[in-house]
Amino acid sequence: MARIPRRTGRERRWRGGTDGPRPSRALLVALVLAALSLMALDSQGGGSPIDPARRAVGEAFGPVETATAAAVRPFTAVPHFVRSRDHLQQDLLTLQAENSQLRSDLARQDYDKNRLEEYDGLTAAAKSLGYSLVPARVVAMGPSQSFSRTVTIDAGASSGIQPDLTVVNNDGLVGRVLRVTRTTATVLLIVDADSVVGARVGRSMDVGLLHGRGALGSDGRLDLELVDDTAVPAEQDDVVTWGSQGGGPYVSGVPIGRVTHVYSSVRESAQRAVIDPFVDFGALDLVGVVVPAGTSSDRAVIEADGSLG
Amino acid sequence: MNVLRAAAAALAVCVAVALQVSVFPHLAWDGIVPDLCLLVVVGAALTRGPHFAAVLGFAAGVVLDLAPPADHLAGRWALALVLVGYVAGRVRQDGRPNASTVVATVAASSFVGTSVFALSGIFVGDTSLGIGEVFEVIAVSLLWDVLLTPLVLPPVMALFRRLEPDRSLA
Repeated sequence: MARIPRRTGRERRWRGGTDGPRPSRALLVALVLAALSLMALDSQGGGSPIDPARRAVGEAFGPVETATAAAVRPFTAVPHFVRSRDHLQQDLLTLQAENSQLRSDLARQDYDKNRLEEYDGLTAAAKSLGYSLVPARVVAMGPSQSFSRTVTIDAGASSGIQPDLTVVNNDGLVGRVLRVTRTTATVLLIVDADSVVGARVGRSMDVGLLHGRGALGSDGRLDLELVDDTAVPAEQDDVVTWGSQGGGPYVSGVPIGRVTHVYSSVRESAQRAVIDPFVDFGALDLVGVVVPAGTSSDRAVIEADGSLG
Repeated sequence: MNVLRAAAAALAVCVAVALQVSVFPHLAWDGIVPDLCLLVVVGAALTRGPHFAAVLGFAAGVVLDLAPPADHLAGRWALALVLVGYVAGRVRQDGRPNASTVVATVAASSFVGTSVFALSGIFVGDTSLGIGEVFEVIAVSLLWDVLLTPLVLPPVMALFRRLEPDRSLA
């Protein structure tokens, strides 16, 4: 039944001669070539010529995303509201916050102890473990169909955010800022397949590189490859960021996750450990961007001592 | 009329992108959301034919490629949606397409669109994912798109039909 009109449609097009499918096909070729040349332009390393366009679209689209997320928030908060009628919500939040706090303290304990043994003064530890944070909300998430794990947050250049800053939430490391517009910033999550994080096993101080797998949810694991291939991480060891000079792109000492499996491959002669991240990447909402102390921002900055600046 | 039509199409695409990145992640299954842009392009293709749909697909794809939080190579969604618009437009009939044709077209378009996007990523070395996961994403997004077809396609097709007084121009 569906075929008959289709055939007549095609016949009509055939009879239509040159002005039927022809221009459409030329147009198709032109559009495909345009898309391919966009890809070619964007694949140039360093400053791609597409970046200004990306930024312009981001400037225009960021507020739209922020507004949409704000409009939807009351509805996504409905389950919370229902629970709060039993006065459970407040308790739950308090306990969750306390739990996260304790967990991140615990995760850092080995690391901190080792640091204190290795470095004498407290100054260095205070400097790298106390950070100022700009709070922000996640307003958009890239779909899995795009095969990259990025989110948009509602704080941008006007809040003091720049590319290559660390993004955390109260459970641990979230990712790093890729690019900013005036009001929004794009964050690359550490579970993205292209993400590489310098990491340190808290207990043994072994350093390694963490690679994302590109999956969220229960599959959202990270692979840790230690630089020293004789070192064997133990299961249940906690992993924190290693950090680099100047604190970019990742500041040191942020909890990332816990070792769940250890594989040793004879062929690669290296140890590979699977890390279960502390952060639930499927349900990201409130995050903090680590900024240098004294950053000027259009919103309240959480200072290292917990006060609002 | 032309300006009005372009404005309406642009508005539909913007609404689709905003919903896709800001609303549906709350309902997403493993981060996979319905591809609303693709549905808009298919709706345009079924009412206006391949010519218009390919152009709209290119525009929608560029927006998807550039709007935050996109981080893939620009042009990949544009390529995928141009092909979707063209292929779906060839299905267009002279009469109104019936429901099963629409659903079949959406399913085929979703498969083509997501696959072309994934393949382009593999060819240019932009994706480093296993085939298994790629197939999972293709299957789930196909399911999502078909599920949302009854909600999205009728208003989109009505919009484009209303903006098209003369069929022979398409």
